[in-house]
Amino acid sequence: MGITINNISKAYNEVSALQDISFNVKPGELFGLIGPDGAGKTTLFRVLTTLLFADKGTATVAGYDVVNDYKSIRNSVGYMPGRFSLYQDLTVEENLHFFATIFGTTIAENYDLIKEIYVQIEPFKKRRAGDLSGGMKQKLALSCALIHKPKVLFLDEPTTGVDPVSRKEFWEMLKRLQKKGITILVSTPYMDEAALCDRIALIQDGKILEIDTPQAIVKHYPKTIYNVSASNMYALIKSLNEYVYSHSVYPFGEFVHYTDQRDDFNPTDLKSYLEAKGLKNITINPTETTIEDTFMELAR
Amino acid sequence: MKRFIGFIRKEFYHIFRDKRSLFILFGMPIAQILLFGFAITNEINNVDIAILDHSKDATTQEIINKISASKYFSIDAFITREADIESVFKKGKIKAVLNFEKDFSKKLIKENVATIQIITDATDPNTANTISNYTNSILQKYMQEQNKDIKPIYTIIPQTRMVYNTELKSVFMFVPGVMTIILMLVSAMMTSISITREKELGTMEILLVSPLKPIQVIIGKVVPYILLSVINAIVIVVLSIFIFNMPVEGSLFILGLESVLFIINALSLGILISTISKTQQTAMMISLMGLMLPVILLSGFIFPISSMPLPLQLISHVIPAKWFIIIVKAIMLKGVGITFIWKETLILLGMTLFFIGLSVKKYKIRLE
Amino acid sequence: MKQENVIEVEGLTKTFGDFTAVNAITFKVKKGEIFGFLGANGAGKTTAMKMLIGISNPSSGKATVAGFDVYKQTENIKKSIGYMSQKFALYDDLTITENITFFGGIYGLSRAVIKEKTDILIQELQLQDVAKQLVGSLPLGWKQKLSFSVALLHDPKIIFLDEPTGGVDPITRRQFWEMIYKTANSGTTIFVTTHYMDEAEYCDRVSIMVDGKIEALDTPKNLKKQFGAESMNDVFLKLARG
Repeated sequence: MGITINNISKAYNEVSALQDISFNVKPGELFGLIGPDGAGKTTLFRVLTTLLFADKGTATVAGYDVVNDYKSIRNSVGYMPGRFSLYQDLTVEENLHFFATIFGTTIAENYDLIKEIYVQIEPFKKRRAGDLSGGMKQKLALSCALIHKPKVLFLDEPTTGVDPVSRKEFWEMLKRLQKKGITILVSTPYMDEAALCDRIALIQDGKILEIDTPQAIVKHYPKTIYNVSASNMYALIKSLNEYVYSHSVYPFGEFVHYTDQRDDFNPTDLKSYLEAKGLKNITINPTETTIEDTFMELAR
Repeated sequence: MKRFIGFIRKEFYHIFRDKRSLFILFGMPIAQILLFGFAITNEINNVDIAILDHSKDATTQEIINKISASKYFSIDAFITREADIESVFKKGKIKAVLNFEKDFSKKLIKENVATIQIITDATDPNTANTISNYTNSILQKYMQEQNKDIKPIYTIIPQTRMVYNTELKSVFMFVPGVMTIILMLVSAMMTSISITREKELGTMEILLVSPLKPIQVIIGKVVPYILLSVINAIVIVVLSIFIFNMPVEGSLFILGLESVLFIINALSLGILISTISKTQQTAMMISLMGLMLPVILLSGFIFPISSMPLPLQLISHVIPAKWFIIIVKAIMLKGVGITFIWKETLILLGMTLFFIGLSVKKYKIRLE
Repeated sequence: MKQENVIEVEGLTKTFGDFTAVNAITFKVKKGEIFGFLGANGAGKTTAMKMLIGISNPSSGKATVAGFDVYKQTENIKKSIGYMSQKFALYDDLTITENITFFGGIYGLSRAVIKEKTDILIQELQLQDVAKQLVGSLPLGWKQKLSFSVALLHDPKIIFLDEPTGGVDPITRRQFWEMIYKTANSGTTIFVTTHYMDEAEYCDRVSIMVDGKIEALDTPKNLKKQFGAESMNDVFLKLARG
């Protein structure tokens, strides 16, 4: 009832978009596909939603083959494409009504499922979808994708370009939907959203870097990361890059995430090196690994 | 069926909420008919001419009176010198100058020959041609009247009679053409744009990933435009009947059926265009360049096919509009029944089936 | 050493009919500072930025950019700023060198200068092998680094960046920020508008706009302290929920 993907490859005019992708999504799982733009997330979604043929490999969704049983899949999945895909000139209510009708159902029949989401936009039901704010559009799109009680839900970058408040609310909604037994495959370029999924696949340039729970992925990180800061950010990055023992140097907000090649790394050595370089107000403290650190280590 | 009706309802929401397109949709046929009916015409009326009469005798006076009496010309100026001819043309008002030679009557009596020079402003060749023809015929008529007592040895008197459009009203020629253009535009362009819009918006992805069958999407897109096109066709026919007194000699029923056939033909072309274009802009460009130009230039609407070079004549055969214009003219002006136009109808039908087949085959149930 | 301000804004307001898009905002940006201008979509950031870059007239208030008045000296402002947006950056159907030549040309650089700058730029970004390729064929990350460099061609005093790193892969994104740090270090002021809160973490100071007003303005560190939050994202959530 979940999703199985076996050795899927796809190229556009000889430019490879997906290379030998394999993973499974268990029934009822909230699975995240994490990667930057152009990583191949949308292509994989289109293969799974029967919109594209893969060049190689097989895949099933809810037990149906994506090539042979495409009609059954189209009946049992909900899909929210990356762009805002609703009719801008139709009102909120008309959009929802339209999608209910083409799936052969009514709003009343499945109101239970969308109720929590829809009540938030119901006060604006007479408003045209094009006049809604980003967060409200996203809620309407989710309601439309859910109106026929799909078994599997595909959400392609649902939170891109949406403000932090709406993003947070959106993930809370996904958690609640998951409790109702819907399998959810969601893609996002935001690394911080990875922690909210049961399991994640890190993807870049059409290749899977790693698949596991967010906790396990962070745990696999081989080194200790240090938060380094100093008065001059540019000089700090430059000095760290020039340090002979440096393994990786990445600016990370107000700090630089630094890892050392040596197993017996002593921060005081680094501090004296940086002081010698003329930097002031130096702090060096171990910090927790994030998904983003892992992603960069794997993508190096 | 409920899904299908839901789909059509949505299409009508789109159409009625896009006020600008709606205005074009219904404003254009009216504007075009009126434009072609009143402004663009091949007839000449009260054309201003000038007279340069070197002899000023009884005969020239008589001819001048004849010309001035006709409704085609009005004499605007009398000039006295050859040199003035160019200056009156340059002012632009005068379109022709009649130059009578010296001693016109005398020569006519003595030598049986006298000449009138007809100089026309050929910046507009069509008008120039018409002016010279009309002047010629007035002169011919005058000559016949003068010579009625004398029996010449041989005489060929051509008797021309224009049938089906006895008054040579150009609006009769334009109505079938305008109708064809409008139906083509509404049906093909609007459908192709409305399908590509869904692609651009991304809603096509959702429609494809729904249990809705591709054929339901196509027909759902097409039905509203069939209705709109039929309404447009009726508006055009009503306008031409009541404003321009255009006769509809043949059966309105057959005209209706033929129009529906042509509309379906145009719609399937529209779907075909939408399958090859990714954006609304491309769809519009292809519709305009690929459909409108051939319809205007090669269908025989403005330029007669028989006077085109052979390659263009051959191309005109594959343009559905050509056959539809023949059919409409035959029904409206000649009043013929299906027995006379079955061949054209069959060609149109064949084309329609071909385009429907092609567009259904090309229509993708997946992306690319 | 007293640091000079390159942007000074006081009570700047823009109204559209009854609607106040930007409501009396006041702030200063120092030379060489990386200033984050944050807010949700529709909070008024774009309107405010349009006034600062001289393409929209303010309804009231005062502002100078690079020492020039936003009412009267918009042409001078345009000459002394660079602009890069994620949406429009470079022409996809021109090659890298053609793009550089074109943008150098519209800022009135001489042929010789353009030639020299092109060489340096291609060298720095290590684009030698692809210099004659169409920009459209480049990966997103390269395009963004390139368009940032192009925006710097005419040595502007201030560079405005509109959501510069959204959607880029994490490594390229850091390379991009390194470029920004380097630019700021050489004295160019960086003005970043964004609604991605993690981009805010990299700025020296940030302002957060809510419904046309600046509701918070400080270093990311102080803001996090002030709101008792772990990240700028949390700061924003707390602000937006009131």
